Amino acid sequence: MTDKLIWNPKAECMLPKERELLQLERLQYIVKYAYEKIPYYKRSFDAAKVKPSDIKELKDITKLPFTSKEDIRSAYPFGMFAVPHEEILEIHTSSGTTGKPVVVGYTASDIELWSEVMARALSMAGTTKADWVQNAYGYGLFTGGLGVHYGARKIGASIVPISAGNTKRQLELIKDFGTTILTCTPSYTLYLAEVAGEEGIDLKKSKLKAGVFGAEMWTEKMREEIEKRLHLCALNIYGLTEIIGPGVAQECGEKAGLHLQEDHFLPEVISPETLSPVNEGNKGELVLTTLTREGTPMIRFRTKDITALNRGTCKCGRTTVKMERITGRSDDMMKIRGVIVFPSQIEKALLEIPEIEPHYKIIITRPHQLDELEVQVEASKKMFSDEVRHVEEIKNNIENHIERAIGIRIKVTLVEPKSIQRSEGKARRVFDMRNIK
Amino acid sequence: MQVKQVSIFLENKKGRLLDALKALARAKINIRALSIADTADYGILRMIVSDVVRAKAALETAGFTVKETEVIAIAVNDQPGGLAKILEVLNNAGLNVEYVYAFAEKQENDAIVVLRTENIELGIKTLTNAKVKILEPKKVYAL
Repeated sequence: MTDKLIWNPKAECMLPKERELLQLERLQYIVKYAYEKIPYYKRSFDAAKVKPSDIKELKDITKLPFTSKEDIRSAYPFGMFAVPHEEILEIHTSSGTTGKPVVVGYTASDIELWSEVMARALSMAGTTKADWVQNAYGYGLFTGGLGVHYGARKIGASIVPISAGNTKRQLELIKDFGTTILTCTPSYTLYLAEVAGEEGIDLKKSKLKAGVFGAEMWTEKMREEIEKRLHLCALNIYGLTEIIGPGVAQECGEKAGLHLQEDHFLPEVISPETLSPVNEGNKGELVLTTLTREGTPMIRFRTKDITALNRGTCKCGRTTVKMERITGRSDDMMKIRGVIVFPSQIEKALLEIPEIEPHYKIIITRPHQLDELEVQVEASKKMFSDEVRHVEEIKNNIENHIERAIGIRIKVTLVEPKSIQRSEGKARRVFDMRNIK
Repeated sequence: MQVKQVSIFLENKKGRLLDALKALARAKINIRALSIADTADYGILRMIVSDVVRAKAALETAGFTVKETEVIAIAVNDQPGGLAKILEVLNNAGLNVEYVYAFAEKQENDAIVVLRTENIELGIKTLTNAKVKILEPKKVYAL
């Protein structure tokens, strides 16, 4: 299990009042810096008739315009850079599946900042110099691999930079090296466990103690599954390329929210409809401002991630604000017959049924001017019977259970085991085939 | 007295039944009797095979969800009303029949029928008391 290791007690356990002063000072600096160095910010601030000197207290941040993914894309490739490329040590990009990728640049101080917040994150999972960190996030333009790498290096842990994929090898190294900390996407852990089962590898006998899992949405039920199958403490990490990559927030051993590193990233939660701040503790879209980024500072970046922020001192001793597990994205919110449904609600309901394997696919169609939602689930040994009546009963139970969770009737289709594609990175689970023009 | 039946889940996808049969052929397993229950989006293939253990292994290796269930194999007088007479016995005992299917082979003058009742032990007892001929598993696999 994890211990109470705090990497940077001064920053992580700071008195809230003190932290607010630090945040204001940094905010005033970064707003002025962005305005002076990046034409995009000058234009957008000028258009909103706001000047850096208007930031007199923290809540003045709401006077500033938002920055969206599209804004960053339209500045492709280097329009959001505040420094000449001589100062840039490294770049990362988003996957770019929906157009030009988002490009961000890191100066030496940004890499140091990233290493620092990742060291804090890995420490929350109990990582020390004595640990073997098997890093199964992809290395490359994706931030996952190198982010974890820098944090583990800062701690002085031994890194196994295996990157994503190569599942049999992953299992071999977990066993042979005595890996103690595993880092990858949560859906990949389940695939690892499945392959371990096929290969006759008993993960109970491994030395794994904790895992830092993120880069996609997951649920509490999935945590239970992962902990049961991999015999480790599964912790949630949050981050995004536009801000820095992984390390923006991380769960401590309390598993009751992710500590957001707010001395470096200033969070707000807004209503995605009205764009005004929601009351503390209420759900909305997370907006982040980088307080210390040099290469590509972000002012009020709309993450599209749905969460809520909760204040108060955690049992672990940290005072940093805690964000709830992401429960959806304001842009992957599905509207089925007018009802708002998040894929995570369906996953949560599915995993509450013990017979179900944690692999599923959601398909939205509109066959007769009416949305239909189909959930494909693998017919596991536990739910299969020689009698149609029993199989239908189980199907019906799943349908009813999901209906209770999301409020609309859906259709469950049973498919053959292992026919749903396993992912080694971010799992694609929703297929919208409505083709609405 | 119970005969082992192998059933598999068949997704409603082209060629899946063929895949299952090919897997059995490769393992040199003979199918003695079979039936398919089909619904709108999947089917259940039930079989009595020559070697249950190897059939199960072959199908699992081919990626199918396999289940082993116990059923009753009975000899039915091959003339009008033969099966009705037997089902009446079960009906009178208040026992539901989940499904029935027949073997292609005959044994002397009897047709062979596979039965699955809701309570298999009670089914066997009821049939035995009514002097219905129940076949030994060993005999059935080797038919």
